[in-house]
Amino acid sequence: MKLLTCPVNGTRNITEFQYLGPVRAASAEDPGELTEALFFAENPLGVLTEWWRHTPSNTVFIAERHTVTDEILATYLPSRKPD
Amino acid sequence: MPLSLLKYGLRNRHVSFNDIPPTPELKPSYDVVILGGGGHGLAAAYYLSHVHGIRDVAVLEKGYLAGGNTARNTTVVRSNYMTEPSVRFYKEAVKLYETMSEDLGFNIMFSQRGQLTLAHSEATLRSFHLRAEMGKHMGTRIEVVDPKTVAEICPLLNLDMGGQHEVLGGLWHEDGGTARHDAVAWGYAKRAAERGVEIHQRTEVTGFEKNGNRVTHVKTNRGKIAAGQVLQAAGGLNGHVAGLAGIRLPIRCFPLQAMVTQPLKPFLDTLISSANLHTYILQSSRGELVIGGGSDPYQLASTRSTLDQKEHLAEGALHLFPFLHKVKLLRQWAGITDMTPDYSPVMGASPLENYWLDCGWGTWGFKATPVAGKYMAETVARGRVSDILKPFDLQRFEKFELLNEMGATAASH
Repeated sequence: MKLLTCPVNGTRNITEFQYLGPVRAASAEDPGELTEALFFAENPLGVLTEWWRHTPSNTVFIAERHTVTDEILATYLPSRKPD
Repeated sequence: MPLSLLKYGLRNRHVSFNDIPPTPELKPSYDVVILGGGGHGLAAAYYLSHVHGIRDVAVLEKGYLAGGNTARNTTVVRSNYMTEPSVRFYKEAVKLYETMSEDLGFNIMFSQRGQLTLAHSEATLRSFHLRAEMGKHMGTRIEVVDPKTVAEICPLLNLDMGGQHEVLGGLWHEDGGTARHDAVAWGYAKRAAERGVEIHQRTEVTGFEKNGNRVTHVKTNRGKIAAGQVLQAAGGLNGHVAGLAGIRLPIRCFPLQAMVTQPLKPFLDTLISSANLHTYILQSSRGELVIGGGSDPYQLASTRSTLDQKEHLAEGALHLFPFLHKVKLLRQWAGITDMTPDYSPVMGASPLENYWLDCGWGTWGFKATPVAGKYMAETVARGRVSDILKPFDLQRFEKFELLNEMGATAASH
């Protein structure tokens, strides 16, 4: 069982969570970045900062996860980014 | 037993037989360098050396020959797509598979036994009509069939009448089939090597040297080589390799998982696929049931498997054939798929002059092996993109001319 720690509800089975994709650098609001924002998502071989949602409690938060080792390095609420 | 065979058997000095020569030393320069020794790269090498007379070719493979997604796919060949450019392209792929064993003099075990995709909802059935009409228009064998015909095509299938996943109809694609994936790669590799193509296994690309808008050198873990033209067909690592050349691709990596059961007596002639159950199942020539293909729910560039996905696949398989409940799994695995936003590949030119892309093959690359190799070779040899590949251009994303094939791929997404 893969575990993911929700910043509000603690450590839970990853099947309780929904993946919402990478935190995007490009903004769809900016016409110059529209193509980038729509189609060219972050896909590193390394640490990816990404959105997740704890489905039962509807908690949306950010996780930092390594895309090769599948190791979850940190999870936090978007308003409380650690230094 | 003929006497000559007996004499041959008793003789001491047998000449060892190799399909593919051992990896040679790297030369300082090649006309064409192909990045990726999977089916696509090897097919391109075959067409370059046999059709276009370009023999100074090196195929660089990070691991061993055809050990990536060429070895990890579930061997399905079909052309039942949604858009005209895709159907045209995959139709030619099927045609090339039909004669490939003879063309290569290498048995690829092509078995054209038809693919049946099941609809468990009205919405799926509507999309089947769309695909069937497009397929008929393009001259492929495809039709929407009712549950009675589904039962005739596959008598042992659970139609789940009155149940949650009742079969409302099917998309019957007679052109569909399977081919032995390793044999396809080895057949191309053998014939290409005979014409002088060098296959460099355990040779990893570490970077590029550029002069203006051209790649001049490919840097590898075994040294630097000059390259006239570069063709990238690196499977799951396409995004990474393109990144080394400074090219951004619209690709996200997801593992795709599959598994096979112990061998059973032959009972399943056709390929069975269900979009709603996110499962497809076929019986291999060894009698094993091949069950695919579950994409992981989040991005990952690893070939690890998860119990969640295997349970999900088993559940789908049991729904289709409940009598499999005591069958044991023999093997399971995952491959890294390079998914594009519109579920179509990226083929053709790149922002660099002499760097060509055969990427974004996601969960649908094996079936395209011969046709992608044929036209990528033509593109590299002529220095301009073949017409049939133009709709798959990288530029389509900037022009918002996407080629939506979501739902026309058999795996779950």
